[in-house]
Amino acid sequence: MDAFWIILTGSLVATCCALLGCFLLLRKMTMVGDAISHAVLPGIVLAYLVTASRASFPMLVGAAIFGVITTILIELLSKKGKLQEDAAIGVSFTWLFSIGVILISVFAGQVDLDQDCVLYGEIAYVPLDTLYIGGNNLGPEPVWLLAINLLIIIVFILIGYKGLVVTSFDPILATSLGISTVFWHYSLMSLVSLTTVFSFESVGAIMVVAFLIGPPAVAYLLTEDLKTMLFLSVIFGIGAALGGYFLAVAIDASIAGAMASVIGVEFIFAFIFNPRNGILKRKKLAA
Amino acid sequence: MELIIDFFFKDPVVRWVLMAVILMCASAAIVGCFTFLRKRALVGDAISHAILPGICLAFIIAQTKNPMVLMLGAFGSGWLGLITIDFITNRTKLKTDAALGLVLSVFYGFGILLLTTIQNSGNASQSGLDKFLFGNAAAMMQSDAITFGLFSLVLIILIFILFNPLKLVTFDRNFAISRGIPVKRLELLLSVLTVFAIAIGIQAVGVVLMAALLITPASAARFWTHDLKWMIFLAAAFAVISGIMGTFISYTLPKMPTGPWIVTILSTIAIISIIFGFKKGILSKVRLRRLNKKKILRENILKCLYHLGEKAGNFDKFWSTWEILEKREMNKAQLKSGLKQLESRNLVILKGNAAKFSELGKEEGRRVTKIHRLWEIYLTKYMKMAPDHVHNDAEAMEHLITPEIEKDLEVHLKFPLIDPHDSPVPYKDLK
Repeated sequence: MDAFWIILTGSLVATCCALLGCFLLLRKMTMVGDAISHAVLPGIVLAYLVTASRASFPMLVGAAIFGVITTILIELLSKKGKLQEDAAIGVSFTWLFSIGVILISVFAGQVDLDQDCVLYGEIAYVPLDTLYIGGNNLGPEPVWLLAINLLIIIVFILIGYKGLVVTSFDPILATSLGISTVFWHYSLMSLVSLTTVFSFESVGAIMVVAFLIGPPAVAYLLTEDLKTMLFLSVIFGIGAALGGYFLAVAIDASIAGAMASVIGVEFIFAFIFNPRNGILKRKKLAA
Repeated sequence: MELIIDFFFKDPVVRWVLMAVILMCASAAIVGCFTFLRKRALVGDAISHAILPGICLAFIIAQTKNPMVLMLGAFGSGWLGLITIDFITNRTKLKTDAALGLVLSVFYGFGILLLTTIQNSGNASQSGLDKFLFGNAAAMMQSDAITFGLFSLVLIILIFILFNPLKLVTFDRNFAISRGIPVKRLELLLSVLTVFAIAIGIQAVGVVLMAALLITPASAARFWTHDLKWMIFLAAAFAVISGIMGTFISYTLPKMPTGPWIVTILSTIAIISIIFGFKKGILSKVRLRRLNKKKILRENILKCLYHLGEKAGNFDKFWSTWEILEKREMNKAQLKSGLKQLESRNLVILKGNAAKFSELGKEEGRRVTKIHRLWEIYLTKYMKMAPDHVHNDAEAMEHLITPEIEKDLEVHLKFPLIDPHDSPVPYKDLK
């Protein structure tokens, strides 16, 4: 049963991240996603101090606020400060992340959070965190939270599909159509921060990046249609969660690390065998 | 105070560690200036994450924590990460950001996989391998400190020797090629040095925060100077100050992690630089904008006085403020402050509420009016704009046109006498 819950948690994280990651990839903003996943750390720690519990409502608010702060900070440094954008991203997230780590050290006694947890989470403990309502065992709490998060993301994409697509592919057209690029930008970033919070316990704040970037990148190599890409990236994400779990069990290692490694393998395969311009295709053309 | 003296002079191990941290921070900051200027700042982030599996593999193979062996592994996988990034961007349709993110997360994930296997294998000698994640410079052993310090020193000296060609490659690649400088080899060298600096630097601040040691000092220095030599010097100085303070904090409070403190101090310096820096800082830009606004106000008042004088056929008449305001709409307080500025520059003579040109002011008013009209002629003649559309554009341009462009305009337009609104163009010798 534990294996089931762990794989389910991993798959939920993978699905949430894959869906959002596709839009980050198309907007060439994957590194902003990376930055946010690091930078929500102080928000998580502060919320911990206030409520002394994991994945609570204040924690979500704290993390979402820091996610938006990161986005604003990057924007401020690059627009107002005229710092080149890659440097702006690097300066912002390392700063916020180091503040987070310092906060963990300062309140080490009060915060049940350690640095390892931030780095690669501990999905193996997920089944222990059971949710009881009225005495009924409803399964692990993180699974429920992730399911709610996934629901929010799906509703967001369904309702906002047009706005997201237009602002991703053609911001100028979007502006002329009266669609607010700023609104969709910040909505997407808030969802990325939310997902980081929901996922960080199971895969670690940083490993979220692997799921945000990896599956969409693999899918992007294989298709040019956005809907197919969304679908494929979810498949590859869940595939990595499954494969990663069994790999980790086999060699007794971090499950999150194994999942990220499987994503790497998926990418190598997609690169070699992809029908459009994979290596095999090129060889055929050359022959 | 006693604590500070103790920190610097008492413990010889601390002295070595401090020396090493200073050199490590300086070398990372110096290399970082080049990656920053070549717009490859985030590559440093990806490489520092990509180094983790190399360290673990080196440990698994050699079963030792000898820093030289681990460094070799670190360099190897860092280099592989760098090549993979270039390979993905060149051979697939993925953009740089995705290539960076992919390499960063997959290599790092693989590193975590190896690290946890090592930890779970029950090998007692592995303890401390995870210090690479956050770095703990303050806990370095003396022999390690000497090794890393020496490596950093070599790196700094190399850049110092090759400064001129490296500068050329960074700022003007094509010119460097035409001068016969081995650009490809120098770029390769820069990459090697970057990977090296990262492999060394993660000892101090760890994998996750290494990017800051490369990017943040250069970003901060950029706001104080445009000269590469000064930029490198300042970046190194900022990094060294943060390094010393960070080490001091973990020396006095051993629970405190060194890396995050170094980075927090460094970031604070960067934020201060971005706001206050004289070259590109936000405050200096605000000041420039304000100065510019004042200049525009003064020129507008002079032009207005000139128009009034032109109409009356008398440039030496006093005009009251309300007559000026009738001619040109503006804020009364602004007009007063503008007139004060003009008086202090000896451009107008004030008497109560009235103002008149000084000789110098008349000349200046004539010049602004002339440029305005010349620009209107240029727009109608060459840009084929309607005469009733050119005024606003000329209002902006009259403050920007330099004497050289003014001359060019005159020659190009063949000294026209009448502007599109039938006003004469006031030349100096044609009063």
